[in-house]
Amino acid sequence: MQTVDPKDLAAFEADADAWFKENVVRDPGFMLPLTFMEVGTDQQFNFLRDWQNKVYDAGYLGAAWPKAYGGGGLHQDFQNAATRAMRRHHGPIMLNAIGLNWTGPLLLDMGSETHKMAHLKGILSAEDIWCQGFSEPGNGSDLGNAQTRAVRDGDHYVVNGSKIWTTLGRYAKYMILLARTDANTPKKYDGLSFFLAPMKIPGVETNPIRKLTGEHGFTQTFFTDARIPATGLMGVEGGGWKVAMRTLEFERGARGGQAGGYVAVGSNAFDVLDLARRMTRSGKPVLEDPQVADQMVEFLMEIQALSLNGQRTQVPNLVADHPQGIPLASKLMGTEMSRRLNEFAIRLTGARGAYYVGESEAVDQGIWARAYLNSFSATIGGGTSQIQANIVGEHVLGLPKS
Amino acid sequence: MQDLGRIGFSEDQAVMLDVATDFCLQRSPVSTIRRLMEDELGHDPAVWKEMGELGWLGVAIPEAFGGSGLSLAEVVPMVEQMGRRLMSGPFISTTLAAQALVVGGTEAQKLAILPRLAEGTAATVALAEPDFDWEPDTVACQAQDAGDGSLILSGRKVLVGDAGLASWIIASVRYRNSPALVLIARSALPDAALRRETVIDETRRSFALDLDGVKVAKDDLLDLDLAGTTLMHLHLAANLLGAADMVGGTQSCIDYTVDYLKTRTQFGRLIGSYQALKHPIVDAYCKYEQARSHLYAAANCFGEQGVGEIAVRMAKAAADKAYSFAADRAIQFHGGFGFTYDCDAQLYRRRAIWHAANHGDAGFHKAKLAKLLF
Repeated sequence: MQTVDPKDLAAFEADADAWFKENVVRDPGFMLPLTFMEVGTDQQFNFLRDWQNKVYDAGYLGAAWPKAYGGGGLHQDFQNAATRAMRRHHGPIMLNAIGLNWTGPLLLDMGSETHKMAHLKGILSAEDIWCQGFSEPGNGSDLGNAQTRAVRDGDHYVVNGSKIWTTLGRYAKYMILLARTDANTPKKYDGLSFFLAPMKIPGVETNPIRKLTGEHGFTQTFFTDARIPATGLMGVEGGGWKVAMRTLEFERGARGGQAGGYVAVGSNAFDVLDLARRMTRSGKPVLEDPQVADQMVEFLMEIQALSLNGQRTQVPNLVADHPQGIPLASKLMGTEMSRRLNEFAIRLTGARGAYYVGESEAVDQGIWARAYLNSFSATIGGGTSQIQANIVGEHVLGLPKS
Repeated sequence: MQDLGRIGFSEDQAVMLDVATDFCLQRSPVSTIRRLMEDELGHDPAVWKEMGELGWLGVAIPEAFGGSGLSLAEVVPMVEQMGRRLMSGPFISTTLAAQALVVGGTEAQKLAILPRLAEGTAATVALAEPDFDWEPDTVACQAQDAGDGSLILSGRKVLVGDAGLASWIIASVRYRNSPALVLIARSALPDAALRRETVIDETRRSFALDLDGVKVAKDDLLDLDLAGTTLMHLHLAANLLGAADMVGGTQSCIDYTVDYLKTRTQFGRLIGSYQALKHPIVDAYCKYEQARSHLYAAANCFGEQGVGEIAVRMAKAAADKAYSFAADRAIQFHGGFGFTYDCDAQLYRRRAIWHAANHGDAGFHKAKLAKLLF
């Protein structure tokens, strides 16, 4: 473990602070996505790609990834300091979420040297956008039942089938793909393999999916005799389930190693408190309604608890009974709170809760309604809350499988 | 963004947590808890003596007065583990009495009494009154000058924990129209002054205290200038330790229920495999982890002006919600057995209600937080 000189760290954070203060553009003249799942227009995409590239060039993304692969080679504390500075100045989100948060740490953790050399730098610079091919139209929560086929043919695999909810699918150069290489294994999991697959090849098509918000955010991806190089296989043929499960640990934040920054700006309870202070009901500040005040306090307690949970995981004595408990439950707790908080925010706006993005009378340009509808992407994507509850019940509390 | 407190954990806390985890597990099996519920004293004097010898009563008492000079932050993990094993006895009461003297006692009182408390002499505080108001400074009991340099007390206290074992009771009173605290030796009380109350948590001993005609020396008043501060300190300390007991109890209540879900079979399946039972118990677990985080933030920030109060109120409110939910579901998920006296779920449920009723429940503390935060 490297030791960190607090003076170096403080100087680094001060530099980062100055840099973000100087370089953050808060209003580019169009609505910026709040999460990487909401990138719907080329204008938004190009802006965010340039922004990520600029942050990386300045040394504030991937600061803790190894130098040999394009990272900064610094201790994680430095990246954390850069991320704090980014947040303080309300920097836009990092675009290449699946690359930065899932694929990158996965490659660092279990990838081959060739894969690391080929992909990590492009992930950080946003030159190579990544997407994820896990869910299928018929297999969402039951990921192990994936049916997209990959059949070996010389030094390629021929892929047929379809993946769904492909975030950034239109823009992606690569996909982390879970496909079935053997349909006859006794256990369904043993027939799956994991690929780093190119997207811009014949036989791969993406169709935009319109979300409940009315916007486009992801695609359905169709494979028709698409030939992907066998060199993209991660691990061994038939060993894909293990790699996919590890990927989900990165995705759910149960395991560290992500490049840094953030890929979503959640509205937090203090933003909602600020909203509540501005709203009135029956001629009085809405916070004078004891029921509203009670709920607002509960949200502040809850967001505080989630932050404290994170701090507590750093104290081994205080998580001794269930060391994996908080990491495995944090997605469930965080996403469900966010959904309820955004719903509460709409209620605070009273009659104007009827308005939506685009209406000039809408409170805060309608972001609360949109944030609420979009919040389901997190309570469903990456394993629904119901699946998460099974995971916590079975892997933390030791309950029998459902 | 406002500072609402943060986690910190000292070496001393780690030691106390370790020691208390083992000690409470060994000294408080459920057979002992149930035996002591039937016992008039309601606690095991041998275990109490051991705690005194281990120095547990002196943890938050300054070294100059016979303690080890730590703080309530180190007491929290101990009370958490006691709550986890549903232990009874006058530990919290005695700790609060010591806190009253540490914060608001005169030098003479500290010298005379704190070393005794540190050794394991039991004491308690008498704060609540028949108006059953949780506000610490609404006090109706009176202390009046008798003319001969002594004071005559009047009025009635309720929910005085462990008064039957206490050698001293520190009561809030009004003196010359201001709130004050007065030290009452058990020997100054006629036997009839104490009446044991019937309370929902059968592991606890609680008393109504009749102060009418009780005579104490004027020197038994705690420092009058510090009375307001001391009352607030006791209110927050009582809630901090209550939250600690509750968080510990929530943990074992969930463990107890999970054990049942892993062993009970219905329709040919372990009932823990049914999501109708699994998901609510996960919900209880998530609430528990949040409550425990609040607890250790409150322990860490207790002494900080402003933040300490916020963190303690959040901790008590979170603990109430977590414990009440976990224990309520514990009864339900044990099915028919859960409805019996023999099932331990009722012990947890009753203790959660006891703590909610003492020094403020979740609703009370959230209303206070609204005033502090908005």
